[in-house]
Amino acid sequence: MHTRAEIGYDSKIEGDIVHTRLDAAINWFRKYSMWPMPMGLACCAIELMAAGASRFDIARFGAEVMRFSPRQSDVMIVAGTVTYKMALAVRRIYDQMAEPKWVIAMGACASTGGMYRSYAVLQGVDRILPVDIYVAGCPPRPEALLDAFIKLQEKVSREPVQ
Amino acid sequence: MEFRGECTLKLADAERIAEICGFARKDMGFDYLVDISSVDNYGDDPRFTIVYHLYTHAQRCHLRIKTDVAEQKAEVPTVTDVWRTADWHEREIYDMMGIQFRGHPDLRRILMWEGYPYFPLRKDFPLAGKSSDVPEVAFTNTTPMMGGPFVTIAGGKDSIAREPRVRIPESDSISMTGRVERREDIKDAHGKAFGPGPIEKKP
Repeated sequence: MHTRAEIGYDSKIEGDIVHTRLDAAINWFRKYSMWPMPMGLACCAIELMAAGASRFDIARFGAEVMRFSPRQSDVMIVAGTVTYKMALAVRRIYDQMAEPKWVIAMGACASTGGMYRSYAVLQGVDRILPVDIYVAGCPPRPEALLDAFIKLQEKVSREPVQ
Repeated sequence: MEFRGECTLKLADAERIAEICGFARKDMGFDYLVDISSVDNYGDDPRFTIVYHLYTHAQRCHLRIKTDVAEQKAEVPTVTDVWRTADWHEREIYDMMGIQFRGHPDLRRILMWEGYPYFPLRKDFPLAGKSSDVPEVAFTNTTPMMGGPFVTIAGGKDSIAREPRVRIPESDSISMTGRVERREDIKDAHGKAFGPGPIEKKP
């Protein structure tokens, strides 16, 4: 049990009641149950599936619910090359996600266009979406994606609640 | 013409390609169209060349048929009624080069989107692309090339910096061929005037 100033908890004395601040509690709930919307476009999607499988379990972080429905998800993981043809569809799905929402740009192609400096590839999904975490790699190892997930959780825990 | 044991036919008249392909299929037995591809001879008079690769399963034999297409009248009869698979190959050639196929059942762009104004694989189309905008469908921008295309020369400073354990031929005890070229500009990288791997000619 980690001790933090917001969550001053002593299990012997207080039992099942935790005293904390509101934004710490809300961020705690949000970050430990981040449901991803996997925008799996290319090879990075295979590593995303590997991260969701049993060896590199993403369910440890509460993110095994990879429903392909934007209305029910918190974080969009853009895994793969975003072509110009697909860009408007990605943007439309991002707009359908409910607040609060975050974006992880997984891999070189989603971050910057990767090795495809050409007429048909969008040079980074951050040209159409606000990205929170970029993951380097081609493809990134599942552990790298989980590291990015942990960093996103830390980012979420720092967010102030309106 | 024979080339490396493969047979290439060069047709003088692009208009008869459907007839020739029909003959190839029915009478010579080339039942499998492997590929149709197109070449942009930018600067030569018949600007485009279309290449048909045929194969027969029965005799296990390949055949290549080439035709030239001029730029002004970039139109060729389709071979879709000979092999159904030519449908998408011809759509791709139309999309990338702009050659029309007369009699095609559904000639529209297959890789790029409707309304994209250019033909990307022509030689006068830049590698970085051009900006375009079809509202509600797609947009494109030119890619920042930053001095690319990114060519790495074996043994150059950047490859040594990127991969410190890159192989040096001398210490690998691989015998050097006469192609080793002395280059002074990479001497400071690892103390030798030649690099590892295949040596590229200095441009």
